Amino acid sequence: MLNIRRHLPWLAVAVLGAFALATVALGRGEAVSALWIVVAGVSVYLIAYRYYSLFLAYRVLGLDEKRQTPAWRHNDGLDYVPTNRYVLYGHHFAAIAGAGPLVGPVLAAQMGYLPGLLWILAGVVFAGAVQDFVVLFISTRRDGRSLGDLIKQEMGPVPGVIALFGAFMIMIIILAVLALIVVKALANSPWGTFTVAATIPVALFMGVYLRWIRPGRIGEVSLIGFVLLMLAIFGGQWVHESPALAPLFTFDGKALTWMLIGYGFVASVLPVWLLLAPRDYLSTFLKIGTIVALAIGILIVAPDLQMPRFTQFAQGNGPVWAGSLFPFLFITIACGAVSGFHALIASGTTPKMLENETHARFIGYGGMLAESFVAVMALVAASVIQPGVYFAMNSPAALVGSTPEAVAATLSTWGFVITPDVLIQTAKDVGENTILARAGGAPTLAVGMAHILHQVIGGKAMMAFWYHFAILFEALFILTAVDAGTRAGRFMLQDLLGTFVPALKRTESLPANLIATGLCVAAWGYFLYQGVVDPLGGINTLWPLFGISNQMLAAVALLLGTVVLFKMKKDRYAWTTIVPAAWLLACTLTAGWLKIFSADAKVGFLAHAAKFSDALAQGQLLAPAKTPEAMARIIFNDRLDAVLCGLFMFVVLSVLVYSVKASLAARAAGRPTTSEVPFQPLPLGAKA
Amino acid sequence: MTTAAAKVERLGQDLGRAGRYLAQSLRLMVGLPDYDAYLSHMEATHPDQPAMSYEQFFRERLEARYGSRVGRCC
Repeated sequence: MLNIRRHLPWLAVAVLGAFALATVALGRGEAVSALWIVVAGVSVYLIAYRYYSLFLAYRVLGLDEKRQTPAWRHNDGLDYVPTNRYVLYGHHFAAIAGAGPLVGPVLAAQMGYLPGLLWILAGVVFAGAVQDFVVLFISTRRDGRSLGDLIKQEMGPVPGVIALFGAFMIMIIILAVLALIVVKALANSPWGTFTVAATIPVALFMGVYLRWIRPGRIGEVSLIGFVLLMLAIFGGQWVHESPALAPLFTFDGKALTWMLIGYGFVASVLPVWLLLAPRDYLSTFLKIGTIVALAIGILIVAPDLQMPRFTQFAQGNGPVWAGSLFPFLFITIACGAVSGFHALIASGTTPKMLENETHARFIGYGGMLAESFVAVMALVAASVIQPGVYFAMNSPAALVGSTPEAVAATLSTWGFVITPDVLIQTAKDVGENTILARAGGAPTLAVGMAHILHQVIGGKAMMAFWYHFAILFEALFILTAVDAGTRAGRFMLQDLLGTFVPALKRTESLPANLIATGLCVAAWGYFLYQGVVDPLGGINTLWPLFGISNQMLAAVALLLGTVVLFKMKKDRYAWTTIVPAAWLLACTLTAGWLKIFSADAKVGFLAHAAKFSDALAQGQLLAPAKTPEAMARIIFNDRLDAVLCGLFMFVVLSVLVYSVKASLAARAAGRPTTSEVPFQPLPLGAKA
Repeated sequence: MTTAAAKVERLGQDLGRAGRYLAQSLRLMVGLPDYDAYLSHMEATHPDQPAMSYEQFFRERLEARYGSRVGRCC
């Protein structure tokens, strides 16, 4: 009796969640409040956390509250520190939440809000949160080792190196796609460009302040920086309205690309305290604050969803990204449902600070649930604006035209009735010259956030402020990621090249630094430039590559989990990682195959290359190419993308082979064969 | 009366602790662990070695955070 009573409140949550999901999924015609999405999501998270993560924690993984964690064993007060679980949760969440969960759902909204929502919820419960939790657990039991080391240790050196190489390629694609988002948001936007540019002197000032004037006072300097940023937003408005200044901050995509490339190079060779660290403070705190503000805003405003549950593009052929629901929805929304990059974080700083092994459930599984909630909010923000505005912002000009009249006419034939006036007025409302062809997620999210937040604070007059606040917030942490990512990529590259040319390995040598940084910037800059000049918007090419690579890393992490479960002799529970790994393999390998070989030139790289090379052979020029050289470059880029995609498939398939071998060996062994650090009890006085 | 006062006091303590945790968490988000925890660790296990000052500690952690090979999440 007592047993049943314990579950009654959870039953109530489950019923509420089912009701909310039914409302969201099945209602007939009438407007649905976005609150139902929030209720459905939160109910799913609560049930999943209470039951499934408990099952994973004690039945599958066997967390032991008496076992010593690396934080105690190696306690140095610096890297290894036993940390309160709530404090660590915040750290972990801030480390995993980036632009990914904000952008993917916005792009996926072209199919309607329902497919994306269902994948975010199902994906996080059975794949994403499981991955984060399992990797955190595995790393904690092995002294906080990194993913590459773990794969080396459990599967052998070859898959370890392959996985590391894969991680480096993913980093390059991530940097390119993140930078592309910034370019798309700032192109021909003097307000946005001024505001984002102003963050550089603000950060430099903070860096100097923190180094020389008041060393180490993070809170104080962040507050000053925040005030300066807000002033920069108002300054941007002034620039936008000034006929003399506006042209100075109006750039097209190509110019912005070169600036970003130059910026990435300079920023990543400057000392970290000068630019990177202070901007990191601003972007981290702004990110957390904005996420909380958006959640509160959605609760207060309770906006109605304007986007239909399904659009005709759920069948494929969408203007934002090409391809059918399976497999492309599942790679478009990576972060928020499942993100392989988290495996690097969950085997990074977090395992070195776990106070107790049992906290891995709250921090690993629970942390990912919070990121998933961010993705749900992004989906809401994209779905509360008019679908006509959404498609006008996200469709490339090559498809829908480049004037408000042409775009409105095209969209109306698709069934998204909108007038040119609405498009012009929306641009005016948010303080932009145009909102057309701004694929990339950030501007759409910013319009959605402005739509929600101006109803809480400021009214219509503040809409432009909120729009640019949202752009600033995204650009800020994307630039931080570009800077930090270039640095990390440089180190990886120096390690890699150092095996051939030992002189390049010396990270303190300036020429070696500059060479490696230059190579790294050139790599992501190349893909960025290619994306910017792409007539179909670039996102169409780069985002699937990013999604495929990120989901493949997730599959690799889940395969590692599977191997470890077999080695622990937990064969009967190995499905908990096999099922999501198999699903991700199916999605990514299908998507990878289609991206390379699909006969549809909008989907397949090779088909696109063939289209252009056929035209070239007949002496024709296809837009956007204006010269035969440009045609040749497009063909080369298509083939390069195809090779890259094939490379990702090779990485994941070879890890699959090695993990099957390791699993079979573990099954054949008569006893557990894990390489955990042997059990030691927690020291006396350590809390559970 | 005394119980009410005690309750208020306990609430104050709880709020104070929550505030400290929040501040700690915000600092840890940007890579700065708790300095007091570092000091007590040094005192307990390495009383013979000098502990870093807060400024040194801050610099050491800053270099460690951004010198790492793990990039930022997407």
